[in-house]
Amino acid sequence: MKKVMIGNHAVSWGVLRSRVEVISAYPITPQTQIVEALSDMVADGSLPAQYIKVESEHSAMAACIGASIAGTRTFTATSAQGLALMHEMLHWAAGGRLPVVMANVNRAMAPGWNIWTDQNDSLSQRDTGWIQLYCETNQEVFDTTIQSFKLAEKVNLPVMLVLDAFFLSHTSEPVDVTEQEDVDRFLPRREATFKMDTSDPHAFGALVRPDAYTEMRWHQQEAMREARDVFRQVEDEWEAITGRRYGAVEAYRTEDADLLLVTSGTITSTARTVVDERRAAGEKVGLLKVKMFRPFPTDELRSHLGGVDRVAVLDRNISPGHGGIFAEETRSALYDVPPEDRPILFGYVLGLGGRDVTPGVINDIIDNTRAKNQPEREDLWVGVEL
Amino acid sequence: MSQTIIKQHIPRDDLLASGHLACPGCAAPIAMNLVLKALGPETMVVLPACCWSIIAGPWPQSSLRVPLFHTAFETGAAVASGIKAGLVSRGDTETTVIAWAGDGGTFDIGLQALSGAAERNEDFIYFCYDNEAYMNTGVQRSSATPWGAWTTTTPTSDPEHQPKKDIMAIMAAHRIPYAATASVAYPVDLVEKVKKARTIRGTRFIHILAPCPPGWKTQNDETIDLARMAVERRIFPLLEVENGGDWRFTVDHPGGSIEEYIRRQARFKHLTDQQIELIQTEVAARWEILSKRVKYGT
Repeated sequence: MKKVMIGNHAVSWGVLRSRVEVISAYPITPQTQIVEALSDMVADGSLPAQYIKVESEHSAMAACIGASIAGTRTFTATSAQGLALMHEMLHWAAGGRLPVVMANVNRAMAPGWNIWTDQNDSLSQRDTGWIQLYCETNQEVFDTTIQSFKLAEKVNLPVMLVLDAFFLSHTSEPVDVTEQEDVDRFLPRREATFKMDTSDPHAFGALVRPDAYTEMRWHQQEAMREARDVFRQVEDEWEAITGRRYGAVEAYRTEDADLLLVTSGTITSTARTVVDERRAAGEKVGLLKVKMFRPFPTDELRSHLGGVDRVAVLDRNISPGHGGIFAEETRSALYDVPPEDRPILFGYVLGLGGRDVTPGVINDIIDNTRAKNQPEREDLWVGVEL
Repeated sequence: MSQTIIKQHIPRDDLLASGHLACPGCAAPIAMNLVLKALGPETMVVLPACCWSIIAGPWPQSSLRVPLFHTAFETGAAVASGIKAGLVSRGDTETTVIAWAGDGGTFDIGLQALSGAAERNEDFIYFCYDNEAYMNTGVQRSSATPWGAWTTTTPTSDPEHQPKKDIMAIMAAHRIPYAATASVAYPVDLVEKVKKARTIRGTRFIHILAPCPPGWKTQNDETIDLARMAVERRIFPLLEVENGGDWRFTVDHPGGSIEEYIRRQARFKHLTDQQIELIQTEVAARWEILSKRVKYGT
């Protein structure tokens, strides 16, 4: 069934198809339509879930954690300040190995107040132990929502799927809504590995002393490593049903390329058109879309970027005092590539607070990357007018 | 109270194991033991940061024979809401979910989540065992600390300025179906209240005064005496509030001088006779307010 829908509603439909059992949420722009649509679905009985309308995002995540340790499939959605408020409980979900799924609509952090898109909200949660998946289209948002539950429940880690404010959240696109029976085959009811159970009582989250804490974190890290393979299997299964897959990393027209763009989110779509134009003009330019940010697809990046002359990473985010975050992570991944194969990496910071990233901007970036022998600095800010 | 009456009212089976990690003389495990006796094994406990985070025992142990979820300081009510919703979504409407928090986790950092849950009338019992300061972190003042008390953040040269927050009035204002105060010195009253709370649906709140020998600077064997004295002298009256409006005392409160109660606790040793007189006046004033609530409702 194809429907035209905004990205936010693609999330809601994914949650509906996933037969989520407990939703707990708090409104924030530009996420709110996700939970508004879910309210309607719960109210009209199409989604027979418990819906807790909490008094804060902190409590939204806390309630999801409670519902998850009770053994159920749980969901929430947020953005920016709301995600930041959840921070403590993001650690609790991940450290507690609870497969909560959350949609985060990428929105810039205040101050100044800004409701438009950039990635600093989700990337600030990098080290909380959540799997992070960045989406490019509303179809990908719908598919990733459903896949996230399967992935989370297989590795006992929470998953954050991420979509750009307005460019996806409020933009209508056609979405092929997978039939319920097909989703049911792909994603049966959650059978928790461990849960609160009066017939088998355990304590969860107790004091762990130095003699065991490191091992706890090691198991968490192993689950993250495992998540790379499990994501591949999840995509295999989803592709068998729907014919669609995205990859942790997608290589677009990378064959023989001497220059590769590295993108995430909706900038990718714009970059595709630029790559097509440049290819048509005979230029060897390609694109690497990074969907999975945690666990970081280090091996894929090394194999795709190793041997390429130049790489331009487009970061709609900034780690103040360092650089664009995807650029820094990519640089780090490339350290182990032999020096003769290691590309020159240009890290561009752009599009913050929702500023438009047009084909013209990306063309300028390609020209600049070709023109210079080395980047002048690790963070190359695009279009700054002082 | 005779042993016969206690046996009639208080179940024999313990769901709290020996070997827990409370300080000698601590009222908190006594309270937990009585509460779990009243609730029975079909109970799940949510435990935000508090002394009980330690008392329950480190991984991989637990001193409770019921499922226990340790959580962050301010999230007792929110996590309990989530667990209950999870159980209900799988068709279990019978298991009792409780949050068990200290005064810091209830009066201060957890109040927003508690207010939210109470306003939604979430179906769980919230217990606050109140030792009148942040005892687990080494005795810092909370909004439950009484006026005049020493803590490590209210030194004797500048002791606590504010009277104890009226948490029962706050909870009653949410019009929750059941709220009560209870004391480890009145175990039958406590157990009866918990049993009653268990039969009610919606948010229930039970506030238990929990004397703390290291924090109150008292002897280990004074806990029950002090808890009883707090009730008798009207410092911590025992009452129930139904639907936010019907207030009822559940035991006799003969009143009288609070001086011995104060003087036996070295956290108050810097107070002058005049200051103790001020506390006496405040206790009388609060009793007047409570008596009006009982007489006229709110």
